[in-house]
Formats: sequence, C-alpha cells, structure tokens
Amino acid sequence: MTASSGTAAAASTPSPSLSPSMTAAKSRSVAARSPRTPAGRPRRPQRQAVGLLLGPFTLLLLAVFLIPVLYAIRLSFFSESHSGLGFGNAHTTFVGLRNYVAVLSDPSFVRGVGTTLLYALVFIPLVLAGALVLALLFDSGLIRARQLSQTVLFVPHAVPGIIATVIWLYLYTPGISPVLDVLSKGDVEVNFLGLQMLIPSLVNIALWSGLGYTAVIFFAALRAIPRELVEAAQVDGAGAVRTALTIKVPMIRGTLSTVAIFTTIAALQLFTEPMLLSRATPLVGPRYTPNMYIFDAAFTRNNYGLASAASVLLLLVCCALSYMVTRGTAARGRRGAPVSGKGRS
Amino acid sequence: MTATVNAPDTTAGSGPAPRSYGRLVANAVVGISVLYALLPLLWLLLASTVDAEALFASDFFDLSNFAFVDNIRALLAQDDGAYLTWYGNSLLYAVGGAAIGALVSTAAGYVFDKFEFTGKRPLFALILISVMVPATVLALPLYLLASDLGLANTVWSVLIPVLFNPFGVYLARMFSASYVPDEVLEAARVDGANELRSFFSVGLRMLAPGYVTIFLFQLTAIWNNFFLPLVMLNDTELYPLSLGLYSWNSTAPINPDYYPLMVIGSLLALLPLVVAFLLLQRYWRSGLTAGSVK
Repeated sequence: MTASSGTAAAASTPSPSLSPSMTAAKSRSVAARSPRTPAGRPRRPQRQAVGLLLGPFTLLLLAVFLIPVLYAIRLSFFSESHSGLGFGNAHTTFVGLRNYVAVLSDPSFVRGVGTTLLYALVFIPLVLAGALVLALLFDSGLIRARQLSQTVLFVPHAVPGIIATVIWLYLYTPGISPVLDVLSKGDVEVNFLGLQMLIPSLVNIALWSGLGYTAVIFFAALRAIPRELVEAAQVDGAGAVRTALTIKVPMIRGTLSTVAIFTTIAALQLFTEPMLLSRATPLVGPRYTPNMYIFDAAFTRNNYGLASAASVLLLLVCCALSYMVTRGTAARGRRGAPVSGKGRS
Repeated sequence: MTATVNAPDTTAGSGPAPRSYGRLVANAVVGISVLYALLPLLWLLLASTVDAEALFASDFFDLSNFAFVDNIRALLAQDDGAYLTWYGNSLLYAVGGAAIGALVSTAAGYVFDKFEFTGKRPLFALILISVMVPATVLALPLYLLASDLGLANTVWSVLIPVLFNPFGVYLARMFSASYVPDEVLEAARVDGANELRSFFSVGLRMLAPGYVTIFLFQLTAIWNNFFLPLVMLNDTELYPLSLGLYSWNSTAPINPDYYPLMVIGSLLALLPLVVAFLLLQRYWRSGLTAGSVK
C-alpha cells in the first residue's frame, strides 16, 4: 500500500535534499510573502486557494491515515468476546495492555521477530556495501557504458515484488530451475528452500530488487560532492581508492545513514516474499514474520485486538527509526549539506 | 587515477599497467552485477516462449518447442479470461490512482512551498511521519472502516487508499522550490490571476516534470500493491494482477499446469512498468537531479 511503497520510494532521493527545500522556503525573499497583508494574515483569496489545493490531500490524510492509525491504537486496548457460539452478541471489553502482553509472550511472534532481524542483519549490510561499491565505481570514470549499466541495474526495481519472488521461486524450484540443473551437473546439490538456505534465498530476492536502485541513489549523492574537494585530493596524490574512502564516502555519510534506516524499515515489513514462499515450502509458516503474524491474527484468527497490538508495536519501532531520520536530516540541514545534483553533473 | 567522468583517458597514459588492471576489475564487477540483474529476466523471457515440456527441461533453444503464441492463448483462456480482467483492473487502479494521486500530491506540495498558513509546520511533520507507517498497521483498521461503510470488496476500497501519497507531497514541495520561481507567480498576481488560476496555468505547467516523476513512483507502487487488495477484496473479478497471480501461484505446486501460465503471466505483467521506466527515464533522472538545470 501507499505507506510501504512510500518507504521504498522515500529512499530514492538523497536525504540532504530535504533540508534545502526547507531552508529555501525559509530564506526566500520577501517577494514570496507579498500576498500577505501587512498584518501577517493571508489574504482571503489566498486562504481559499490553500483550502482548495490542500483540501483533497488533507481529507485523504484524515481518512486513510490518521483515523485508521487512531482506530488501530484503540482496537489494541480492546478484546472482542463472544457469548454463545461466537456468532452475534459480540461485545468488546477494555483489556488494557493484555493484548500487548499476549503478543510479546507469543513464541510464534517472538520467533518471527528473530527471523526478520536475522534477515535484516544479512540483507542490509549486503545491499548497502554492494550498492556503495557500484556507485563508487560508476563515479570513478572507469566504467564503460556507464549509463546503460545503470539502467539495466535499475530494471529489477521496476519488477513488482510479487513477480520478482515468482521468478526466483521458480529458479529455486527443482524440476523447473535451469540453475539447479547446471549445479547438479557439477554434482552440487543445493536446496534453496531448505532450512539453511531459506534466509539467504529471501535475502537474494530483496538484493536483486534493491541493489541497482540503491546504487543509483548513492551515485546521485556522490555527484553532489563539490568537485574541488575530489580534485584537491588527487592533486595531493591520493589514488582512486583512497579518494573514495577518505573523501567521497565520508561526504555522503548522511545519505548512507538515511538509506540504511529506510532499508531497515522496509526490511522489518517483510511480507510478500515469504507469503509466496509459504506455498512452496512448509518451513515458512503463516506467522513467519511480524507482518505475516498480523495478517494471520486479523484475517485467519479474527483476533482484531491481538493484530492491532502487534501492528502498534511495529508502528512504534518504525516511528523510532524514522525519528532518527528526521533528527539526522535536521542536524545536517543546520550544517548546510550540499544540495543533491547541484554539484558535479 | 581519475575521478572525473568526462576525461578518463587524459591521465591514462602515465601508468598503464596498474591502471588498466584496476579498470578491468572495476568493469568486471559492474559486468557481473549487470548479469545478475538481467539473467533472471532473460530466463523469464525464454521460459515464456516454450511449451510446458521444454520449460521443465530448460530446453529453450529448440525452435520446435516454440509456443509463445500458444502460451498467450492459454493464458487468456484460463478461468474464462480472468487474466485480462485482472490486467484491466491493475491498469485502472494504477493509472487512475497515480494520475489523480499525483495531482493531489503536487497541489499539496506546491501549497507547502509557496504559501504560509496556520498549522503548516505540524501538518508537514505529520506527513513525513506518515511516509514511514507500515501498510499492515493501516490495513486492518482500513478494512474495518471500509466494512462499516459498505465499501469493502469494492473498487473504492482499493482505489481510495492508494491516492494517499505523502512522499509525493514531500517530493512536490522540493520540485516546487526548484522549478517554480516566485517571480513568475508574482508576475501572474500582478496580471490579476487569482491563486488558483496561477497554480493551474503557471505552477502546474512548470511542475510537469515533477508531476511525471511522482506519477511514475506512484504507478509502480500501486501496480506492485499486494497487501491492500489481499485484505480488501474477495471477488476475483476485482483482483489486480498481483493478487490474481498470487492465487494462481498457490495452485501451481499442486497443479503443474499453472507454471507455464505463471511464467507468461508474470512476463506480461511486468512489461508495462519496465517499458514506462525505460521510456520515462529522463523524467525520473531529472527528478533525482532536480535543480542542476538552473
């Protein structure tokens, strides 16, 4: 849905660009504010324009974000109990934090959290390091057909997650996968959907989708580094690798940490891939990840209180992480980070 | 070694041996990554051109197995043409949703950039927070609310929530700051245009590349959308492609006849997105490097 897609897309712009737009808005000349009356209140026609242009979005914000979030929080404190045989006569009772206790003491939830953390611990360093290496290589000027390579690397990101998973699932499935055929000719037997390979197989799907995309973001940030800095290092006799490690990587630290946090938030929401794999291997159960747990609680067990409590817990973790993003961005904004794309091009 | 992109050859002469070695390694690393990105898609393409027997044998290069047209025919015939229905639904949700949603976001971002009003800061902070909220948190309450309103299992239950694109507002605000000079709006005001008209006749036109970028991101997001339709829809007639293919995929391990259908169905389903990205890449890039033009 919008939120998760937003998270994916959110990483698309190097974070420093947040600050310039804000500071630009603040430092804009008086001309921008001239439609205001001397008293500082917007003129009537302007208020009307603000209302009409911002109104539709505000309505959506209320209807599909704010109200549902508050509703979820409310649901998490209630429990629905049925009298009789479970049909009709359902009444909700306030249960305080009991749903939260139930979620946190549920072994299947805890196991799901563990699985997701393990997945994130493997995936995030791999995708960040891989993308950074690729971006530095693109920025080094050593690469032939750079533009074309970037385009091709980006294409997997345009492939819907469900289709990416289907492709890889079939490449993991014996009898249909040419990869397994080749491997078995070399006497290598791999069970990609087996216990040991399951997490690596999931990581691979995410890596395939995100590697080129992340590399393109890092590359855009690298291009924003003032050219003089890189040239000065070269004049001082620093080689390409040293320039990369001592100048370029520290300069895009802000983008790196923002993308890292966005990637973490996305990784914690692991859902589509294991949902599809669960049809192919019994090792992926219906509560394999926290998101699958929520889905299972809400729509298989119809325990809305439990599902909401788990949702709110996930929400809290994501809010804490995103708070780190906004704080980091604000701090860099004060220091005056470079505008994306305004440097070398 | 040089770090500038335009002139890699000017310094190449001074120390060829280690430099060309480095160049070789660098190009090999990128080359392998490109193959990693490309080969699975190539497999999908090849697999969709052969009949079921050749698919399971991974025998792609024998012309006698060529069955691309037959595969498409089988795909369209399956379940009384369900695939085409799903395709149409996906187009409706994605193109309709992205076109309207991007307009709503662009207008909001423009207002945040160009106007001062009460509550602007907290409202924008709320928008930034909402970018981060996981879809699953919203899905259950949205479903319950939609059920109460009698909207669950209708087109609206999928179409309305996807219009909400807070990240688009953030992008639009950034685009507006760099694409729409205040002087131009001021000139429009002097000419007597009201604020609404100057948005539609001046602002929106200058924001066109930004609109396309937001549209693209949103189109991809909605086309990929899986969780919301999974929660909202029961009626297979309303399924988007993602959900339809998911339901077929669940059948495939039991009935292998579905594997060829999944292969050709997946290929055709990813085509519009890949084509859109390749054709509109310019806009997408211009979005990333906003501001470098001026």
